[in-house]
Formats: sequence, C-alpha cells, structure tokens
Amino acid sequence: MTAEAIMLLAIALPLAAMLPIALTGAMPNLREAVTLATAVGLFLVVLQLLPVAMAGGQPEIALFDILPGVPFAFRLEPLGMIFAFVASLLWIVNSIYSIGYMRGNDESHQTRFYVCFAFAIGSTMGIALAGNMLTLFIFYEMLTLSTYPLVTHKGSDAAKRAGRTYLGILISTSICFLLLGIIWTWTLTGTLDFTAGGILAGKADGPLVGLLFLLYMYGIGKAALMPMHRWLPAAMVAPTPVSALLHAVAVVKAGVFTVVKVVVYVFGVEYLTALPASQWVMWIACFTILAASLIALRQDNLKRRLAYSTISQLSYVVLAALILSPLSVMGAALHIAAHAFGKITLFFAAGSIYTAAHKTEISQLDGIGWRMPVTMGAFAIGSLSMIGLPPTAGFISKWFMLQGAWQTENLLALAVIAGSTLLNAAYFLPIVYAAFFRKEKHDGDHHEHGEAPLPIVLALGATAGLSVLMFLFPGDAIALAEALVGRSG
Amino acid sequence: MTLAIHYPALQVVLPLLAAPLCSLMRGRDFAWAFATLVSWLAFGIAVALLFAVRADGAISYHLGGWEPPWGIEYRVDALGSYLLAIVTLISAVSLSFARLSVAREVRQDQHALFYTMWLLCLAGMLGIAITGDAFNIFVFLEVSSLSTYALVAMGGGGDRRALTAAYQYLVLGTIGATFILIGIGLIYMMTGTLNILDMSERLPAVADTRTIRVAAGFLTIGIALKLALFPLHVWLPNAYTYAPNAVSAFIAGTSTKVSLYLLLRFSLTVFGPTFSFGKLPLNEILAVLAVAAFLIFSALAILQENVKRLLAYSSIAQVGYMVLGISFASVTGLTAGIVHLFNHALIKTGLFLCVACVAYRIGSVRITAMAGLGRQMPFTMFAFVLGGFGLIGVPLTAGFVTKWYLIMAALEAGTSLGLVAAGLVLVSSLLAVIYVWKVVESAYFRPAPAGSPPVREAPLALLVPTWALILASIYFGIDTRISVGVARDAAVALLGGIS
Repeated sequence: MTAEAIMLLAIALPLAAMLPIALTGAMPNLREAVTLATAVGLFLVVLQLLPVAMAGGQPEIALFDILPGVPFAFRLEPLGMIFAFVASLLWIVNSIYSIGYMRGNDESHQTRFYVCFAFAIGSTMGIALAGNMLTLFIFYEMLTLSTYPLVTHKGSDAAKRAGRTYLGILISTSICFLLLGIIWTWTLTGTLDFTAGGILAGKADGPLVGLLFLLYMYGIGKAALMPMHRWLPAAMVAPTPVSALLHAVAVVKAGVFTVVKVVVYVFGVEYLTALPASQWVMWIACFTILAASLIALRQDNLKRRLAYSTISQLSYVVLAALILSPLSVMGAALHIAAHAFGKITLFFAAGSIYTAAHKTEISQLDGIGWRMPVTMGAFAIGSLSMIGLPPTAGFISKWFMLQGAWQTENLLALAVIAGSTLLNAAYFLPIVYAAFFRKEKHDGDHHEHGEAPLPIVLALGATAGLSVLMFLFPGDAIALAEALVGRSG
Repeated sequence: MTLAIHYPALQVVLPLLAAPLCSLMRGRDFAWAFATLVSWLAFGIAVALLFAVRADGAISYHLGGWEPPWGIEYRVDALGSYLLAIVTLISAVSLSFARLSVAREVRQDQHALFYTMWLLCLAGMLGIAITGDAFNIFVFLEVSSLSTYALVAMGGGGDRRALTAAYQYLVLGTIGATFILIGIGLIYMMTGTLNILDMSERLPAVADTRTIRVAAGFLTIGIALKLALFPLHVWLPNAYTYAPNAVSAFIAGTSTKVSLYLLLRFSLTVFGPTFSFGKLPLNEILAVLAVAAFLIFSALAILQENVKRLLAYSSIAQVGYMVLGISFASVTGLTAGIVHLFNHALIKTGLFLCVACVAYRIGSVRITAMAGLGRQMPFTMFAFVLGGFGLIGVPLTAGFVTKWYLIMAALEAGTSLGLVAAGLVLVSSLLAVIYVWKVVESAYFRPAPAGSPPVREAPLALLVPTWALILASIYFGIDTRISVGVARDAAVALLGGIS
C-alpha cells in the first residue's frame, strides 16, 4: 500500500468505525471491542507512516477541488507525524481507560460517547495530515462539532451552559477570525498550501499583515491564548476520558499544532522575525503562561486546576514557536508530545480518584496516596513532566525551548519559563505531598476504598510509562522535530 | 432532435397549459401526480437548456417565428438557464413532497385548484427567467404573483392569519409590480422598444435624462419590494409563516430568487454596469441595505419562537448576502451573489421541508414544541442540523462556498470598508449559529414534555425529498464545478455587457 493510501486510511478508519460502534450499541462488550480494535488498527496504520516520515518523505495526495485551486489535500510532514502518532497511541490507552471509567461510573448514552469519540479522533487525524489550510480548517471545525456532544454528555443544565461557552468561543473565533485570515491569505497569495518557508513572504507588507497574524492567532481558539481560554475550563464538565484525551491532547494540541503550522508554513519563521505582531503575540503568550498558572494555583477542584495548567502549557508551545529560533520551534514540536503524555496521565489520575473515592477537590486528597499508590505515583510522574524535571519528557521539550531562547538572547522568554516552572512546582507538588505525607482526614466524605478498576490503573500506568520512555529514548522525536525546522533530511 | 429547438417555448408553455388541465382533475392524487410529473418534465427541459447554453452560448428563440424586436424573443443565457434550473428543481422536489402535507393542510375540495395555482406560479417564474421582452416580464410577474397570493391564502384551512398574510403580500406585491411596470413604461417611452437587448443598445444614448433615472428608481424600488430587500421586507415573514408548509418551501426557494434575477437583469443587462454603478450610486445603496438586512435580521431571527418565522427572517438576511455580492460590482462578488441563489434555494427549501415534516407529525412549528424530537424524529432533525450548517456556512456545505466567495470579493475590493464588510458577514454567520442552535438545543437536549403522545418519524414520502435537497446542499458544497462555474459565466456576461 502506498503512503498516500495509508494517510487516507488513517483518517477514514476512525470515521468508518462510527457505524459499527453505533450498530453494536445494544451489546456493550462488542461495541467496546470495535472501539479497541479500531484504535489498535489506527495506531498500526499510523506506525506505517513513521518510517516514511523518518526518511524525509512527504507523500501528498489531492482528492478533489473544494474551490478552484484549493484541493482537499493531505500531506505527511514531520510535525503532523508527531501529532498523529501521539494521538493514535493515546487513543488506545484512553479507550481502555474509558471502558473502566464509563462502566465504573454507570454513565448513560455510552454508545453516543464512543461514536463521537471516534469522530473526534478521525477529525484529529485529518488535522494532523491536512495538506493545506482549508483542509485543516474543515477538520478543525469537525473536531469542534464532534466534541460538543461529549462536553454536554451529562445533559444537565451546567453541562448545557458549558457546552454553549465551548461552542460559542471555538466556533466564533474560528469563523470570525481564522476563516477571515484564511480567505485573506488566499486573496493575497493565491495558494493555501503548507510550504516550507511560508507563502506570505514577499506577497504582503505593512501593518495589515500584523492584523492578519493576530487573526490567525486568535482565530485558533483551541490554542487557548488569553482571553480566548474560557472554553477549556468549561469543557471540564465532560466525563474524564474526554478531558483526558480531547482536552489535554487532541483538541488543544490541534490548536497549538495549527499555530506552529501557521508560523512555520504560512508566515515562515524568517518573515515573522521582521513582523512586530509576532512580538505582541509572544507577550500575550507569556502573559497567558503566568496568569493561567496563577489561576491554577487558586483552584481547589482538581480538574479545573489541570485545565488552567493546560492553558499555561499550551502557551509554552505558542511562546516557543514565536521565539522564532530553530531550536525553540523544535521545543514547541516536542512539547506537543511531552505535554500530551504528562497531562493525560494527570487527568487519568483525577478520573481514577473520582471513580474509586468520588473525590473531586484537592483538599480532600490528604493521605490518598497510600490507598491508591499506582494512581498517585503516576500523578507524581505527570507532575514532574509538567514542571519539566527528569526523568520525564517535559524536561526534553523545556530544554530545547530554553536553548532556543538563550540563543536568541530572549531574556523575557527565559524569565517567563523559569518563573512558570516555579509556579508549576507550586501547584503540583503540594498535591503529591499531601497525598503521601499527610494524614487522611476522617470526616464526612471519607469512606474505605482501594485502587480504581483495573483498566483505569493499567491506562494511567501506561501513560506515565510513556512519559518516562520519551525521556529515555527521545531520538526519533528529536529527529522528526529537526526535520520540521529543516536541519536534516 | 427537432423538439430540442423548441425547449425554450416548451419550458413555459408546458406548465402553463398543464395548469388548466390540472384544474379539471378530480380526486386529489390525480392532480398532484399530474402537477408533479409536469414539474419534473420542466426540470428536465431546464437541465437540457442549461447544458446547451454551457456548450454553445446563449440561445435566442423567436416565438411564432417573428423576428425580434417586433416579435417576442425568448432568450436563454447563463444566468437565465441557471435560474430555470433552480426554480424547476425546487418546484419538482417540493411538489414531490407536497401530497401528504397538502392533504392535511388544504381543504379537500381545493386540491385541484391548489396544484393549478402551483403550476401557474411555476409557469410565471419560468417565463420571467426566459423572456427577452420587458413587458413580457411584467405579464409573467403578475401570473406568478397572483397565483402565489392564492397559494399563501390556502394556508387558511388551518389558520385564518394566512388570509391577512396573503392580503398584505397582495397589496405590497401589487405596488412592487406597478412600480416595475412604470419603470418599463418610462424606458419604452425613451427607447421605443421592449426587447431587452434592443433596450440595452439604445439606452446609453438617452441615459443622461431624468426620465431614465426615474425609470431606474421605480424599477429598483419595485424589484426590491418583490425581493424583500430590507426595509421593503414586511410582507415576507407573514407570508412564509402562514402559507401551507409545502408552499413555504417552494416560495422560499424561488420567489426571492426570481426577484434577484430581475435586479441583475435590469441593473446590469438593461442599464449596464456603467450606468447603475457609475452614474447612479446603486452599489453603495445596495451595500448599505444588504449589510443592514443580514445584521438586523440574523439578530431578529434569534428572537423567534416559531421556526417558520425564524427561517423567514433568516431568508431576509440571506437576501442581504446575495445583494451584498452584487454591490461589489466585481466578477467575484457577482459570482458569490449568483451562486448563493442556488445554494440558498437548496438549503432553505430543505429546511422548510424539515419543518413541514415536523408539522406533519406534531402539528406545531414552535421551538418549544420541538423538545425531544431529536430522539423521536432522528432523520428529520438530523436533516435540519445539516441544513442549519448550510445556513451558518460550515465548510463542506453549500453555504460555505457562498461565504468564501463573498468574503473574497470583499477583500478583493482592497479597501478597509471591504474588510469591515467581510467581518460583518462573519458576525452574521455567528448569529446564524445562535438561531440554528436554539432549535437544535430544543430538539436534542430538552426532554419531550411529560405526558405527550409518542411521535413517530415522518413517513418516507416526506423524508426522501427532504433528504434529497439536504444532500444536494452538501454535494454542492464539495463539488462546485457546475454551481460556481455557471455563476461565474453569468457574472462575466453581466459585467461585460451581453454575451
């Protein structure tokens, strides 16, 4: 099978799985088997693409013209490879986790849940492999629409309100800003293809290009730059597997992935260096990193603290991309993967605590580490990765970001990364400390419990392991990131 | 084939002659089957004409063999053939849908008359699109308008408000038609001809007279009334809301489109772009009204509780999109306006058919009454969601294609005003998100009221035509070769004078 066909298969497989999942709704075991088989199948398919991408190949395929001159096209490139690999790998783990979580909590509408999940993953693959900006935009919107029923899963008034915020911010930013930016780019350049070095250089000048850049940066609401971040905490009403895979990995990474794509392939790093607006957005990213961390510090609800931590970490990627040095762009690419492994672990742990102990607040977690050693152990590893300490993946990406900032003598970025590292430590380590070294409270909501169901424990152990593995064997990921900035291959 | 030469005449004569025959039919299903058959045949002819024009350019047909400008000329060009295809398609699909829906809403003894009126209305609209004679346009306009008033009034079987709606439409429609007639008369006075081609050749010589400017004023206002261009839109919401459901679907997809055709035909073919957009500030006037239309009425649509009225308000907004496209006076802008004729016809008629399915089952079209329908009528409501995506302009729907070209035209203008217009179009599509989502939330997230009887999915006879249009609106969001291709041809022809 050619690489082109494999790419199409990677997108079609999860989308096609929606039908059998819907049809087997009456037989939960079979339905979950379909989901798992599709997830494993998808990962194997994506794995076929890895050697192609490692060898520097960029297979591309155009299906038909959406508009004259803008085909519905896909192209494999290093950043998309990283994203597709991470998302498909974590889908397997997350599916195992979902089974434990959804059954452990007797959630309703499970068939709709799995169908929408497959839809969302298919859209994510589309984003990762899109060959031009319009194709990417189409899957970007599909991802928003497919995750809406997952956010409003509970159907309660709170869920509906959150759903409105979610849809409102994501749709309005993408329609009002991103789409306008895309069409504007098209009128300026006559192309929307992702091209090394950018397509705008030499085609446009003046302050309006700054406006165009802002349209892109705020149009990509999924990257959660402040003040477009409120949808992310709102999305936390969703069941934890959704928060874990979609709102720590697929959706938010689709956002920063698009940001990096726009920076590298639409504007081009060199062109942006001369653009003052890239400085402004960098400052906004710095502000978001610090402000979101400060808010996270004050959250007692565990999932909300994780959500604000995600907002902060997403802006790391934006910041790293806008430092505009090759090393920091590599850091941005690596952080997409590193943060994914770390944050999904943390969310898995939060869901594990909810399932086993029915606790959602951080102040309730004293001493829980001895009842749930695996969960809290994994939580500790995830926390280290957020802070950026060895032996976790977060260290690798932060290392590259700092190197890039150092090379370009960007003192602001250095200071923000350092300061935020301290803040990260300040809001994650106390949780770990309390879980293992404080005495359990014996008050109203205390009851006897052990670890969460086995699928949950397996899943969070696996993602914590992945986080460490990426630290120990970062070679392939770094090679892909190098290919992204054109250092080799 | 010799018959093919006479397609332009047959296009109009077929429904026109079928109408009296239809009135003689007894038994409701006969009249329906006959009208539907005729409508599909007319669609076949329109498609044949569309491809003939695509291949060989405009067709000129001389009625009775009389040479123009003495005889009446039927002239099918890119724009005309596009409109013929749209009108016949919408008519054929909504007629296919109509049997069950009309049987419930219109009095039994009026069925034959109902389908007769429908065919007359169709014949009138086709006549407007095809004739090359200005007075003929007025005649066909009256044929289609009068039958539309009757069709709207027949919704009175269930609701007497349909009568006042029809009366209001009649009064305003007649004023519009009269203005159009005055305009045509004034041009005739100055040029001495009624043939449109002839007119356009002789007009430049007399363009600098007050008479011609007054004629342009009367024509524009008359057409704007028929088009329901803000602020001359008052008749539209009531007419759409209280007409029988199948009629709402039919006129939502056709009548404003025909009026937009008239606007294009008179401002660009007859008066020509230099006169309309150069000597007269028509583009500026249209742009302001268009922007006001889509901003105000997208916002007002949000407040509606009756889904038919909501869709009607959205129609006024969508007319704004089309007119905005025209006001750019560029090929891209006109392409956007013209392609939206087609796209909006598919989307809006599809949505009205969804609502008709709902009305058929639950007898109400209020948003609150639709609570819980997402489960009970999954196919109908999912079609509504997809149609709604089209209104919003989600990628891969026909609405997106329009939006793309419209914004491109705005940006191509290269002025900061163009950028603002582009932004406002996007704001309006956000408002569309809200009004579509109101319906979706009610259908999918509110439980059906306790104690309400179980609702079944709409019958297949209703679902098939509905889905046909909804799927078409998706298809033409993906494959734009024909829809955009013809629209661009038409735009080039209109701006470059006569092709």
